[in-house]
Order: sequence, then C-alpha cells, then structure tokens
Amino acid sequence: MLEAHHLLQEEKLESLGMARKPKLHYFNGRGRMESIRWLLAAAGVEFEEELFETREEFEKRIQEGILMYEQVPMVEIDGMNLVETGAILRYLAAKYDLYGRNLQEQAWIDMYVEGLKDLSDMIMFFPLSLPGEKKMNLEYILERATTRFFPVYEKALRDHEQDFLVGDQLSWADTQLLEVILMAEECKPSVLAGFPLLQEFKARISYIPTIRKFLQPGSQRKPPLDEGSIETVKNIFKFERGMFLKNMGTIVAEY
Amino acid sequence: MVEIDGMKLVQTRSILHYIADKHHLFGKDLKERTLIDMYVEGTLDLLELIIMHPFLKPDDQQKEVVNMAQKAIIRYFPVFEKVLRDHGQRFLVGNQLSLADVILLQTILALEEKIPNILSAFPHLQEFTVKISNIPTIKKFLEPGSKKKPPPDDIYVRTVYNIFMP
Repeated sequence: MLEAHHLLQEEKLESLGMARKPKLHYFNGRGRMESIRWLLAAAGVEFEEELFETREEFEKRIQEGILMYEQVPMVEIDGMNLVETGAILRYLAAKYDLYGRNLQEQAWIDMYVEGLKDLSDMIMFFPLSLPGEKKMNLEYILERATTRFFPVYEKALRDHEQDFLVGDQLSWADTQLLEVILMAEECKPSVLAGFPLLQEFKARISYIPTIRKFLQPGSQRKPPLDEGSIETVKNIFKFERGMFLKNMGTIVAEY
Repeated sequence: MVEIDGMKLVQTRSILHYIADKHHLFGKDLKERTLIDMYVEGTLDLLELIIMHPFLKPDDQQKEVVNMAQKAIIRYFPVFEKVLRDHGQRFLVGNQLSLADVILLQTILALEEKIPNILSAFPHLQEFTVKISNIPTIKKFLEPGSKKKPPPDDIYVRTVYNIFMP
C-alpha cells in the first residue's frame, strides 16, 4: 500500500512538471556509481546524491529495506528504487535516448559497454591490490587496454568514420568509452599513443557542452580513490586488500 | 559468441538481452523491462558463483558451496519468494514468461545439483520451479537429448584451461 501511495505522489509531481530529481545512494567515490553519474550528466539531467561515510549509514539503508539485494549503487527515480549497475544504466540510457534507435544499434551499444566494463572493473579494483602486486597488475591493465580493448574501438571509428561509436549519434557507448579512456590515462597518461582516432574521439566527446560541464571542477564527478578513501570504502563494504585477483573472475583465467 | 541476424554477438548480457527483446521475453514496457533486468542481474551474480566454482582450488571448493548457499538463502531467494508471494502470479514480472523466470530456473536447478534442499524454506520458489519446468519449451529442454549441457566435470575443466590458458 505504501508503495502505491508513493508512486501516486511521484506521478502527481511529474504531471505538475515538478518531478523529483533522481537520487543516487553510494559512498563518496567513483566505484560502480561513476558510470551512472556520467550518463546522467551527459543527458543533462540534474541529480541529488546521498553519500555515506560509515558502515552504520550503509546498514541503515539495508534496514530501511530500500536495497533489493542489500547492495549499492541504488538510484531512486520515477517511483522506483533501482539497483544493479547494468540495470540502472540501461534504464537511464533508454529513458534519455542514449540507447540507439533500434534493437540492432542497442546490441552494438551493449557489446561495446560490456567490453568496457571488463576494463573499467580492472582499473576500479586496482587500488585494492596488495603492495607487492601493484606493478604487475598495472602492467596487466595497460596491456589489456592497449591490445584487447582500445583496438576494437579504434577500428570501429576507423571503419565507419563517424563521430560517434554507434548510429551516428551520441549514445551510452560514447560516454562509457570516454570515461574509461580518462581512467586509463590516470594510470598512464600516454596510453592513447597508438590510437589517433581515439585521441580525436576523446577531444570531440569532451567538448559536448553537458560533458564539458561534468569535466570541470565543481561538478559531481568524483576523484580517483586515494589512500584515505580506500580505508573508508574498506570499512563500509568490508573489503580486503588483495581483492584485485579475487574479483577478476574470467579475466584472471587468462592471466 | 552467437551468430544471429547477420551479427556476431559477444558478451553474455548483450546476447541475452538481444534474444529476450526479439522474442518478447523482456516485458511490455520500460518499467517491466527494468524490473526483469534487476532480477536477472541479481540472479546472474549468484549464477556466476556456480560457473566459477569448478575452477577454484579443490581446497576452496567446499567452502565456496557454503558461501553460495548462504548468498542464495539470505540475499537472493528471499527477494524472489516475496515477489511471487506478493502478486500470487506464476511468473516473476507482468504475468508472462520473461528472461527473469528462465535465468532464475536455470540458477535454482544448478544450485540444487550441489545443494539438493536449497529451496526447503521457499515454498513459492518450489512451486515456481515446478510450474516453469513444465512449460512445454522448457520441459523439452530439460529432457535428455536436448542441447542443455551436463554439470561440469574434470574433462570440462581441463578443456577450458587448455583453450583459454594454453
């Protein structure tokens, strides 16, 4: 009953043109929420954030019953509490016309973003490496980026000679690729050295007004994890060091 | 990789979504689709543990079965049990078969191979398992001679290693 009432409120607000802004629930860092921030920003959608610093604040949300699998990211939007990063991103991409014009284009966008997720997961978990593993993991990340992933996107741009990855219009695939390029450059500034079209792509997509705004200081974009933030994240989610290899699943099978 | 409609689709989720969309297993609108998406993603997190299990070190494998059971019973099954109990319908979303039902059934059956009584506290999921298994297309797939693959064995593990880690 409570949910129905809540939904009615939401619809009333929407009909009055006063729809609430999406509200993001996460810790104060990039993690898995950052791609969601990117997509909302690129679509020009203003959003609010409820960022927690402690385990207690996280557990409070679990107690409130608003996290389907007791996990975050969670985004309150359109009367729903959306969870699971992929599901959230796909909802936003569809809602804001960043998911292609038809099923075929959607499949291409899906393939590109799923590939990029493999790479961005590696970079995301890198700060959780054990000190002795750091150099090896970094080399592995850069090797994968430059031999498996970037060549795919360079080729896509070379083959169709268009400004965007899919369907000659901005899509989630473009924002995801830009995000991952910038993350990779934080690992190694010259990582795009062999990829002239990706360099142009980076400049071009960064220049889109909504994205340019997101890339400026003062936006809701989060900085990379530093030693202090790692401790906070560890305490909230009870991570361990050495989780890099543990989380790399199928990727480690080739390592 | 799946060759379909002139494309070579890769990435499990891309393939699943394309097929679900094409064959009307993804709900009737964006909201239903997103609900299905959330259920599928949760279930796939659990299925991932099952898929990776044969590749763990033998010493870790037994511990991981306990972990899988805990995750299923504490985190995932209660969600779907509640969904089914609350709306009283046969399918998880929109009163029609969707990708969410198929993936959940797959995961339940795979878990039951390792932990036979995993559904003992979940009467609605037990009923769900029976009802979805009896859908003609699915029933056919569950019979011997179909393209469903058997549980992983040592030959499977060795083959995967040889191909992907020569």
